[in-house]
Amino acid sequence: MLTPEEHQRVVKILKREPTHTEEGIFTVMWSEHCSYKSSRIHLKKLPTTGKYVVQGPGENAGIISIGGDWVAAFKIESHNHPSYIEPFQGAATGVGGILRDIFTMGARPIAVLDSLRFGLPDDPATGARNRRILEGVVSGIAHYGNCFGVPTVGGECIFEACYNGNPLVNVFALGVCRRDEILYASASGIGNPVIYVGAKTGRDGIHGASMASAEFTEESQQKRPNVQVGDPFLEKLLLEACLEAMKTGAIVGIQDMGAAGLTSSSSEMGSRGGVGIEIDLDKVPQRETGMTAYEMMLSESQERMLLVTHKGREEEVFRVFRKWGLDAVTIGEVTADGMLRLTHKGKVEAEIPNHALAEEAPRYDRPHTTPLRTAPMKPPSFDFASRDCTEDLITLLASPDLCSKRWIWQQYDYTVRTNTISGPGSDCAIVRVKETGKSIAISLDGNGRYCYLSPREGAMLNVAESCRNLATAGALPVAATNNLNFGNPERPEIMAQLVEAIEGMAEACAFFETPITGGNVSLYNETLGEPIYPTPVMGIVGLLETALPIPMQFQNTGRSVMLLGGLGETDPVRFGSTQYAKTIVKHLWGLPPRLDMAREKGVHDAMRAIHQEHLAESAHDLSDGGLAVTLAECATANIGARIDLDSELMPAHLLFHEASSRILITTTNAARVHEICVERCIDCVTLGVTIRLRFEITNRRQKLVSVASAGVASPGIEHFLDRV
Amino acid sequence: MQIGVVVFPGSNCDHDAWYAFNHNLNVKAEFVWHDETSLNNFDAIVLPGGFAYGDYLRCGAIARFSPVMGAIRKFAAAGGPVFGICNGFQILVESGLLPGALIRNQSLKFVCRDVMLRTETTDSPFTCGLHKGQTLRVPVAHGEGCYFADPHTLDTLEAEDRVAFRYLDNPNGSLRDIAGILNEKRNVLGMMPHPERASDPLMGSTDGRSILASLVESLSTVSAA
Repeated sequence: MLTPEEHQRVVKILKREPTHTEEGIFTVMWSEHCSYKSSRIHLKKLPTTGKYVVQGPGENAGIISIGGDWVAAFKIESHNHPSYIEPFQGAATGVGGILRDIFTMGARPIAVLDSLRFGLPDDPATGARNRRILEGVVSGIAHYGNCFGVPTVGGECIFEACYNGNPLVNVFALGVCRRDEILYASASGIGNPVIYVGAKTGRDGIHGASMASAEFTEESQQKRPNVQVGDPFLEKLLLEACLEAMKTGAIVGIQDMGAAGLTSSSSEMGSRGGVGIEIDLDKVPQRETGMTAYEMMLSESQERMLLVTHKGREEEVFRVFRKWGLDAVTIGEVTADGMLRLTHKGKVEAEIPNHALAEEAPRYDRPHTTPLRTAPMKPPSFDFASRDCTEDLITLLASPDLCSKRWIWQQYDYTVRTNTISGPGSDCAIVRVKETGKSIAISLDGNGRYCYLSPREGAMLNVAESCRNLATAGALPVAATNNLNFGNPERPEIMAQLVEAIEGMAEACAFFETPITGGNVSLYNETLGEPIYPTPVMGIVGLLETALPIPMQFQNTGRSVMLLGGLGETDPVRFGSTQYAKTIVKHLWGLPPRLDMAREKGVHDAMRAIHQEHLAESAHDLSDGGLAVTLAECATANIGARIDLDSELMPAHLLFHEASSRILITTTNAARVHEICVERCIDCVTLGVTIRLRFEITNRRQKLVSVASAGVASPGIEHFLDRV
Repeated sequence: MQIGVVVFPGSNCDHDAWYAFNHNLNVKAEFVWHDETSLNNFDAIVLPGGFAYGDYLRCGAIARFSPVMGAIRKFAAAGGPVFGICNGFQILVESGLLPGALIRNQSLKFVCRDVMLRTETTDSPFTCGLHKGQTLRVPVAHGEGCYFADPHTLDTLEAEDRVAFRYLDNPNGSLRDIAGILNEKRNVLGMMPHPERASDPLMGSTDGRSILASLVESLSTVSAA
């Protein structure tokens, strides 16, 4: 709802009291979800331009050049609040929404990735609900993406108690088209018809955007009717029809009806084009009878698009939509006066300057203090020295965060469209672009734990890790999209998390030359006053030549196991952010790992050079769980490794610290790999050799881990779900 | 030679099949819209994967009534090869061109992964280029791929050598591990795995390509004869 001050602002703009419909329109357009009113002044700090960027923030999706005359459109969106209330439909419509953002721009979606966060699956009190939400979300994503025919090629799934009442469902989508096929969401040409296509409008999802702009309370379950219902089949038809209709050249501008539906699509298109839009609501296809202007404007019924065509060429577009069996009707026209004017049953229901709705929302410089954290700096008392490292490793590999997520991604069609070169379970996804002979690598990553302990350093580490994932595959990171998931920005200590994370991200994105081309902000992720960890999620896109990928797993015995970046450093304070701290010590403290961005970039460059010379047989970057977990993930039932370390660190620290800037490879040419690293002043150590059937780690002759290589196979997440 | 790839509203593997024939096999393939009633220009028809008409009812239950299915029935009756992949198999079963039914996977979940297939017969235009017992690694991606039929039908299929492929690692609970079957005249094949997704070395396997290549080979033999 509008605050009293916001209401006054509306009165000032209109020079009168708003009607009921107008009040509703302002409420959704000025909601946090649509207007970014708490984050906008800080988002300006992010770098948004670069040599690959064709379209930065402000459109339905960002666009980058990918070689030849081809471009990629990509963006990330959250559907956190709906997925908590109704996991299946909440997640399904999240996929639907982001896909429309992509094909609205003329690009055919070729890849989807999901970043998911849930409460602990094995928590005695909330585990059953968390598991139910997980299963619902996964089947919702599968339902929508599989039917639509876009491969879900990767993502992540993390569990923390702070997501008990606030799961995060962030969906990334990417599409490609020729540069001259890009269409923008801008209306122009006075007298041009405004055309509605797709599903009929119903009462579903009314005020969804406002719901996503408030905390959850005990009454939130009553908001179930605010969650929309998705129809992936209809969306598939809409995709094909839109792409075909765009080819006629009759379309001037097009925008999907996502959050705030007809309201946002019409006023934003009008505002971007500096024109007015007049709509006769009697002509809007309606699924229910007796709908009011208010309901029609605020409905978030799915699978709808608004487009403007050249006057007199409507029939060319109608013909295509008829072929695909879709409704397409002219509901209004473009006018010169810049106003959004709605008539219903002969009565003017609303008359608002488009610009005021889309651009004049209040911008708040909300007070921010120091970021919320209750975790101590000092480690708890814990007997690190007498740990059995083999046992700890196996416990870590079976933990919800680190265990295999195969159970999840096997429910997604990840091979449709025959472009998937690296699918789920890899460091990053790789999809080829058939038309260009080049490929696109995508990494989707967040780390709430790091960001909780230091929002600024955590966000920087987040960017670094995403870029490292891409470098491991041989790709050059070129652009990014971000999803900022935070708690209530009206709390200064939460606002501080947001500000610091954005500033850290800005610094790192500038350094790694990955400008942000668009994204999403999801605030008010709190339930009964309990906020989530500050959880920015980065989707970073890289480019590479199309070729067979280098696998993560060891391929042959007798290969040198090498660690680019060296063994790295840690200390008792920095160790408090690790998976080991979370899972074994069962406490969180201190700070995230230290990051030296120049060193990080050097490791990436070295890795890309190693790729170019085809020196690596396998490659995997180090992240959660540290060196021992990474080695275990590379092992197969038949091929393990004998690793000899030389370090002063105590065993648990040495094996499980999470220092950044490290990539593990196997090679037959250790000498050349060394040279490449030395040329770039990058540490590089040969840790040992791949061997048959065993997995052994020693440090200075002290045996730390010794187990059959089959013994470090990660059990799947399903072993948590099968529990009754 | 020209292969027709049928496009129903909701087909989503149509481009993949089209691409595999045109680019991995260098054979011309063209799309056939679902209201087409004549297939005279085509030497073989592919019913691709997807969710024809949304498949909100039983998979393939609506598609069987589409105009093109009448033409396909005639095409098959005249001996033309018809190849149903995944949703295409479901449509062939719903249309009665193949016996049995495809029901929900035993896991009740969609499954996408590579499976190992064993070639059970080489006596068909789709398998003539393989050898009996040849194993193939091909992906599956379906929610309703559990092949089901009464024991008599299953016995008949086996007795008449009409089981084309069996799973070595059954992903969906199909009876007798059946992954693909032929009609009596052996010119209609339905299979749940996706050979068109295993036709390019970049996709990790080219085993599926040998199935498509068999079809192409047998068509060129026919036209040469």
